[in-house]
Amino acid sequence: MSAAQRAEHDEATYDVIVIGGGGAGLRAAIEATAQGAKTAIVCKSLFGKAHTVMAEGGMAAALRNVWPEDGWDVHFRDTMRGGKLLNNWRMAQIHAQESPDRVLELEEWGAMFDRTPEGLILQRDFGGHRYARLAHVGDRTGLELIRTLQYRAVELGIDVLMECNVQRLLLDDGHVAGAFGYWRQTGRFILLRAKAIVLATGGAGRSWRVTTNSWESTGDGLRLALEAGADLMDMEFVQFHPTGMVWPLSVRGLLVTEGVRGDGGTLKNKNGERFMFNYIPEFFKAETADSEAEADRWYQDKKNNRRTPDLLPRDEVARAINSEVKAGRGTPHGGVWLDIASRRSADYIKRRLPSMYVQFKELADVDITKEAFEIGPTCHYFMGGIRVEADSAATTVRGLFAAGECAAGLHGANRLGGNSLSDLVVFGRRAGLHAAQFAAAQRAPGAVDPSDLDAAAARMLAPLERQDGEDPYAIQSDLQDTMQDLVGLIRTQSELDEALVRVRSYRDRLSRVSARGDAKYNPAWNLSLDLDSMLTVSEVCTRAASMRTESRGGHTRDDFPTADPEWAKVNVVVRRKDGELSLQTEPLPQMPADLKEIATGEGKATAAAAPQTT
Amino acid sequence: MTETTEQVRRDATVRVFRGEDRTSGQFVEYTVPVDPGMVVLDVMFRVQQMRAPDLAVRWNCKAGKCGSCSAEINGRPKLMCMTRLSSLPPAEPITVAPMATFPLVRDLVTDVSFNYEKAKTIPAVRLAPPGPDGKRRMFQEEVDRVQEFHKCIECFLCQNVCHVIRDHEENKEAYAGPRFFVKLAALEMHPLDTRDRIEMIRAREGLGYCNITKCCTEVCPESIKITDNAIIPLKERVVSEFYDPLAWVKRRIFGGPDDGAKEPAAVADR
Amino acid sequence: MATTALPAQRRVLRRDLWWLEPLFIVVGLGLFVVYAFVTGVQTSGYHYAPYLSPFASPCISANCETYSFGRALLPAWFPPAFFVVWIPVAFRATCYFLRRSYYRAFFWSPPACAVPDARSGYTGETAFPFILQNVHRYAWYLAALLWVVDLYDALLAFHFPAGFGIGLGSVLMILDVVFLGLYVFSCHSCRYLCGGYLDRFHGKPVWHRMWSAVSRINTRHGVFFWLSLLFVVLTDLYIRLLVAGVITDPRIVFG
Repeated sequence: MSAAQRAEHDEATYDVIVIGGGGAGLRAAIEATAQGAKTAIVCKSLFGKAHTVMAEGGMAAALRNVWPEDGWDVHFRDTMRGGKLLNNWRMAQIHAQESPDRVLELEEWGAMFDRTPEGLILQRDFGGHRYARLAHVGDRTGLELIRTLQYRAVELGIDVLMECNVQRLLLDDGHVAGAFGYWRQTGRFILLRAKAIVLATGGAGRSWRVTTNSWESTGDGLRLALEAGADLMDMEFVQFHPTGMVWPLSVRGLLVTEGVRGDGGTLKNKNGERFMFNYIPEFFKAETADSEAEADRWYQDKKNNRRTPDLLPRDEVARAINSEVKAGRGTPHGGVWLDIASRRSADYIKRRLPSMYVQFKELADVDITKEAFEIGPTCHYFMGGIRVEADSAATTVRGLFAAGECAAGLHGANRLGGNSLSDLVVFGRRAGLHAAQFAAAQRAPGAVDPSDLDAAAARMLAPLERQDGEDPYAIQSDLQDTMQDLVGLIRTQSELDEALVRVRSYRDRLSRVSARGDAKYNPAWNLSLDLDSMLTVSEVCTRAASMRTESRGGHTRDDFPTADPEWAKVNVVVRRKDGELSLQTEPLPQMPADLKEIATGEGKATAAAAPQTT
Repeated sequence: MTETTEQVRRDATVRVFRGEDRTSGQFVEYTVPVDPGMVVLDVMFRVQQMRAPDLAVRWNCKAGKCGSCSAEINGRPKLMCMTRLSSLPPAEPITVAPMATFPLVRDLVTDVSFNYEKAKTIPAVRLAPPGPDGKRRMFQEEVDRVQEFHKCIECFLCQNVCHVIRDHEENKEAYAGPRFFVKLAALEMHPLDTRDRIEMIRAREGLGYCNITKCCTEVCPESIKITDNAIIPLKERVVSEFYDPLAWVKRRIFGGPDDGAKEPAAVADR
Repeated sequence: MATTALPAQRRVLRRDLWWLEPLFIVVGLGLFVVYAFVTGVQTSGYHYAPYLSPFASPCISANCETYSFGRALLPAWFPPAFFVVWIPVAFRATCYFLRRSYYRAFFWSPPACAVPDARSGYTGETAFPFILQNVHRYAWYLAALLWVVDLYDALLAFHFPAGFGIGLGSVLMILDVVFLGLYVFSCHSCRYLCGGYLDRFHGKPVWHRMWSAVSRINTRHGVFFWLSLLFVVLTDLYIRLLVAGVITDPRIVFG
C-alpha cells in the first residue's frame, strides 16, 4: 500500500482527547468538558464496558458515616502502610483528602450506594483499612461507578469514539500533537489532533495466564507513553489478588471480591485450619488479631479488637495462600477454601454478594451459601505505570497526562482494595482539569508530521500484508505461560533471566506475525497489534523485577526474601533512550515530617481530622 | 465441588454465522475439542485459535459483567460467556448467530449504536439539594427498588428480543426499548430526583408500543424484572397522568401525584 | 440507524418447544370460554342452598333462585350473571398477565420470544383498540368490589338451614374466593395504587408495607390468574352437579 493510500483516514480535532473509557477516563473527560475544553473519549470497547465494570467491593473514602473515628489521615496512613511506604506521599494525601467529595459527587450524578439506617452511604470493611470505609453497591460497585459517569458524559454531550484503538501518540517538538489509530469496526485509520491528551488505559494483566483482567488490559497506554518519551515507574509491582476462582479451568482467575472476607468469610486450608494466623508479618502484628475469637469479635467491635488476619493487605494474603498450597495443604484444584457459608446466613450472603452467588452458581455449580469454595491468587492490578506529577497528573511529556491504573505512585508497592475506584475519580478529575488548563494555554494543536503517519500505518498494516507468518494467538498463549510461570507471585533471578530471553524471542516472532483476513473487525489483526504493548510491558516488568533485589509488597523474590531498607528509598524508573529501554533507580520524594509521623506512627489511630479538600 | 455433574463432552460442533451481511452470510460448522466447565465463548476462542483466526466476536470481561458478548445461541438471546455447554443439548450442533435487531458488522458482531443514540434522549437525574452537612439522605427501603434497575449491564439483549423493533424496523424512531424503560424507571423512582419525565415517556420514548409480552424479562442475564418492576409501573404512572380522571381530580385538590410536584423535563434540556 | 433486511434471522432458530406455551393458552382459555358460555346462558341450576355459583353472583334479577342482597333489584328477564359478567371480563381482558398471554397466543405478536411476529404493521397499545387497556385500573376498582360480594357469598355458604356447617361446597367456595382475592390483589394496578406511585417510602411505613405485600404476591399474578379461573369453573360445576343430583354434598353441620 502506498503512502497516499495510508494518508486516507478520518480526522478530528479536539482540545483534549482522553484515551480510555473506564472510570478514570470518564472522570477526566467530564472535568475537561466542565472546564470548557472540547473533549473526546476514545475507547477500545463499547462505551461503558471498560474494565471498571469488573470492580466489585467498593471505593474507599473516609466519609465517616459508619466510623466517625475515621478521617483522611487514617486513610492516608493505611494507604502508605499498605504500599510499604513506597507510595508517592503527596498522591496518597490528595487521594485520602479528596475521595469523600468524589463519592458524594457520584451520588449527585445518580449513583445509589447502599445505605446506613440513618440514610447515609454505607461503608464496608476491606483488607488493610482500619475502619469500614468502602462505599459500595452490593458487589457491583464498579458497574455503578462506570454507569454513573457514562450517563454524566452523555448528559454533557461528550463525543465518544467507540471501538477505536490508538496505536501511536504524535509529537510536535517534544509536546503532544495528537494520536493515530484505527476503528475496529471498519479497520479505517483515524487521526486525532489535540492540544492535550489524557492516558487512562488501565492495566496490563492480559499478559498473564491466570488473571482477572479482560482482553483490553494489554497496557497500550504504557507503551504509548514510553514511546512518546514519558517515564514508567514501579513496573515490578504487580498485584496478585488472593482470591480468584480456580475451577473450572474456563473461569480460572475470575475475581472473587475481597468483600467476601470483608463481610465475614475466612480462609481455610484443606485441614480446615484458619491458616492466616500463621502468616501475620511483624509490620502488621500490632494491629492484627492473634486469636480466632478476637478476629471474630472485630467485625462488630473495632475499638476493642484488632483486625482479622484474613483482611491483611492483598500481597500478604496471596503469599500465604501460595505457601499453603506449596506445603501440600491446598484444595483439589490447587487453591484454598474460602468459607462464608458456615459464618453468615444465606439471606445475608445473597443480599451482600449477589453477583458472587450467581457467578459460582452458574459457572462452577457451587452454592456459596451452602459450602466453602476454592480460590487462589490471580493477576489483578499494576501498581506501577506512567510516572506523573502528583498534583496535576502530568507526565514528563508536555501535554500528556495520565490517571487511573496506568499511572504510578499512589499505591506504592501494593494497593489496598477499594483504593482503585477512588483513585480513578480523584486523579481522573485532576488529569482532566490540568489537561484542559494546559489546552487552554495553547493556540492550536501541534503540527503532525506525515512521515509519522506513514510509519505508523505501515507498522499497523504489516500483519495483514504478510502471508503465512507467525500466529498471533500462539504468541499470546506462549507469553501468558511465560509470565505466569516465571514472573508470577514469587520470582527468582534465573527465572526472570529466562523470561526475558523468551519475551525477546516473542518480539522476534511478532515481527513475522500474520493475520488472516482483512482489517474489518478482525480479532487476529487486533491481537497482533495489541501484542506490541503486551510484549513491551512484559519486558519492562521483567527487567524491573530483576533489578529490585528485595521483597516488598507485590514484588516477592525467592532469592531475596526480605525487605531491604536501601530499596525503601528508591523507585525503579524506566524510560526509552535512543530506541533502547533504560532502567535506573531514583530517590523517593521526601515526605514532610508531620505526614511521616502519621504514616509510620505505631498502631494507634490518630485523632480524626475533619476531611478537608485542598 | 461437583465437576462430576458435568456432561462429559470431548468436542463440540458449532454452527456460527459468518459474513458481512445477512443475505450473503451463512452458517459455517466447526468442530473443536472442549474441556469440562466451558462456556460458548470458550468455544469461540477455540475456533479462533484452531480454525478461523478472523472470526469476529465482541467480548470483554468473560464474567457476565460487561454485557459485550450478546448473541443468539440455538435461537435464544444469551450472553456467550454465561452459557455453559452443559446447559445445551449435547447431541446436536450449537447454533450461534448475531443479534437480529441491529445492523450486522461482521460474523457475530453487530452495530449497537441505536442504543447509544436512544441513551442521549433521556434527561439526566437532577437531585434536590443535600442537607446542611452536605450529605443526602436516602433509605435502603427506597433505594432497593432503584438498585435493581442499576444492575443493568447494557448487554442489549432486551432491546434485541423486543419484537416492537426486532420485527418492525419502522418503530425504531419512536421507541426507546426495554433497556431505556429500565433507565427511565430508575430516574422516575429515584427518591430525590426532581424531574417529571412521564409525558416524554409516553410521547417520545413510546412506552405504549410495548405490549408487555415479557421477552425482555425472559432474556435479562441480570434477572431484572423489567416488565413487572419497570415497564408496568411506568405504564401505571402514565395512566395516572393521562387516562385517569379520578387521579386528575385528586391532583387538582391535593397537589402533585407524589410528594411534591416535579418539574417537567424535555428532551432538549438534557 | 439504518438496518438491512434480516432474511437469515426471519428463520426461527429456536430448537425448543416454544409453541407449547401459546398452545396451552389457546386450549386453556378456549375451554374456559366455552364453559363460561354454556353455563352463562343457563337460567337455572346455579343455586344449591347455601351455595351460589360465582358465575351467578351477585344474584339480583327477579327470576333469581336466591337474592344476594335479600331482594330482586332488576327485572326478571335479566339472566343472573349477565348484569355483572362484563366486570370480570373487563378486568381479566385488560389484565397485564392475560395481555401478555393473548398477545402471544392469539395475535402472535410475537408467538414466542425471538420468533417473528405474524403481521407486519404494529402499533401496540398506542392506538385503538389496545389503547383502551389503560382502563385496567377502573376494572380493578369494580373487580375489587365484586370480590367483596363473592366473599359475602362464600361466607353464606357456611350458613346451613340447621346452622353453621362446612360442606365440600363451602370449601370450594372459600378456595375460589381466596384465589380470586389473591388474583385481584396481586394486580399490577393495585400494586401501583398501594404505594407504587410513591418515589419516597421513608416516613411512610404503612404504604411501604402494603406495597411490599402486594409486590410479593404480584410475582405470582399469573399463577393466581389460572387458579382463580380454575376454581370458578370447579365451584360452578360442583354446584350444577349437586343441582342435577349427580352427586351429593358431604357436609358437617354443627347446628
